[in-house]
Amino acid sequence: MQFMALIYDSEDSSDLEWDVIIQQYEQFEEKLKAAGKEVHGNALQPVSTATSVRVRDGKKDVFDGPFAETKEQLGGYYILDCDDLDEALEWAAQIPGALTGTVEVRPVIVFDE
Amino acid sequence: MTSDSSDLDLELARVFRASSGAIIASMVAICHDLETAEDALQEAIIKAKIHWQKDQLPDNPQGWLHTVAKRCLIDHLRQDDHRRREPILEGAYTSLANHKISQEGQQEIPDHQLKLMFVCCHPALNQSAQVALTLKTLCGLTAREIARAFLLSEAAMRRRLTRAKDKIRDTNIAYRIPEGDELKERLDSVLAVIYLIYNESYTAFEGQNLSRQDLANEAIRLARLLSNLLPNPAVLGLLALMLFHQARQPARSSQTSAYIPLEVQDRTLWNNEQISEGKTLLLKALGEGKPDPYQLQAAISALHCEASSWENTDWKQIHMLYLTLQQLAPSPVVELNALVALSQACCPQDAYGQLEQLAESLSAYQPYFAAKADMEIKLGEHSQAKQSLARALELSKNGAEQSYLQDKLAELSRIAITPK
Repeated sequence: MQFMALIYDSEDSSDLEWDVIIQQYEQFEEKLKAAGKEVHGNALQPVSTATSVRVRDGKKDVFDGPFAETKEQLGGYYILDCDDLDEALEWAAQIPGALTGTVEVRPVIVFDE
Repeated sequence: MTSDSSDLDLELARVFRASSGAIIASMVAICHDLETAEDALQEAIIKAKIHWQKDQLPDNPQGWLHTVAKRCLIDHLRQDDHRRREPILEGAYTSLANHKISQEGQQEIPDHQLKLMFVCCHPALNQSAQVALTLKTLCGLTAREIARAFLLSEAAMRRRLTRAKDKIRDTNIAYRIPEGDELKERLDSVLAVIYLIYNESYTAFEGQNLSRQDLANEAIRLARLLSNLLPNPAVLGLLALMLFHQARQPARSSQTSAYIPLEVQDRTLWNNEQISEGKTLLLKALGEGKPDPYQLQAAISALHCEASSWENTDWKQIHMLYLTLQQLAPSPVVELNALVALSQACCPQDAYGQLEQLAESLSAYQPYFAAKADMEIKLGEHSQAKQSLARALELSKNGAEQSYLQDKLAELSRIAITPK
């Protein structure tokens, strides 16, 4: 079954730190792929690039943000293919972001065809 | 002969409490869903009410209930299969149907219960949900009984249980016994739940004697089950600890006093059988050479249980044990207990001097002020002791404890005005 691992982490890292982080993620992904557990994953541009949209009474409202007051922002995700929650948590704990931020793990709903 | 209906209800309640944990566990092993297992057992209970009323009580009521519950489960799964079109259950129920239920390997059931315990106490569930679910599925308590014990409405407790069961199903929490490093982590959360159930029995109720003992007994029952399946030192330590506490229970209150502290308890009322069982378990645990907070607390309790009086307690050793405990599980409360032991062992002046360091972190902790007052009395600082007792009184929420503190305060005032 599929689980989504949402990575919440601080966005203010230096260029040097960034290089190290990228390297850590590359290593993690190699391991994930070798184990056949990765469905896909992506990193996101910082929250400063976020634009939100909602439609109320037929009227479209587009606005800057959202900017939560928290230090940790959603920065990327993986879709993992695991047997159960414990296995998904084991992989999620190896995501580099888990060392500095928080990784939220949620099962993906499968709708009947 | 037809059984009387109220007798029947009593018998059914007894059978249910004694066996529901095992029945649910063995059915979850098949269907991997708590809700389905509970529904099947519920149906079997309804059938039991009808059949037991009409015919004689079966020779083996627990076996009867188990067999019928499993048949109900098979029916459930068959019906479900039509809707789901998921063949995964096909294998499960054909193997179940071919199984001679009455000859089921008795070995398997405890194993299923252990797995269920790990599921109910999974860290993905919050601790209050872990506690509720454990009491519901492994101890056979009803949502209503659990709600009453935790001072919640029945509806709120039902919601809590449903949310937890939904999460187990939707996130596919594995139904298995964890291994290796994971085992330690997961076992910690099982032990924490059992100890929480026990502690709740000690502190949460004000004047509700009945459910208090029920919860304590359930906690001990769970620990006993766990210790048979997984005789790990931490498990044995926790069971020993609870047995030592439980052994002193008869001396904690009397007809005239609802709360009697250890210091002045009638030690002849302590239950020697439980104390000696606790000691055997503790020795076995300590023999493994892997000390942990439960074993240390049990060792401290054992020394109290062995002492002929409060004064003749081995305070030196208790002080040492608290210092070790402080290293493994640091907390201001443990530090406070270490100082109380130090004050008793040899050095009230030293202990009193160090007490100040805890003033801030324990500023709303009743036992801190009670202990402070005791040291002040020892050191002859009676007016300060009165202030400390007054603060302890303010902080105490328990009526019995309040009257104990009041008596102490009154006695102190008497001493203070009586010239020597």
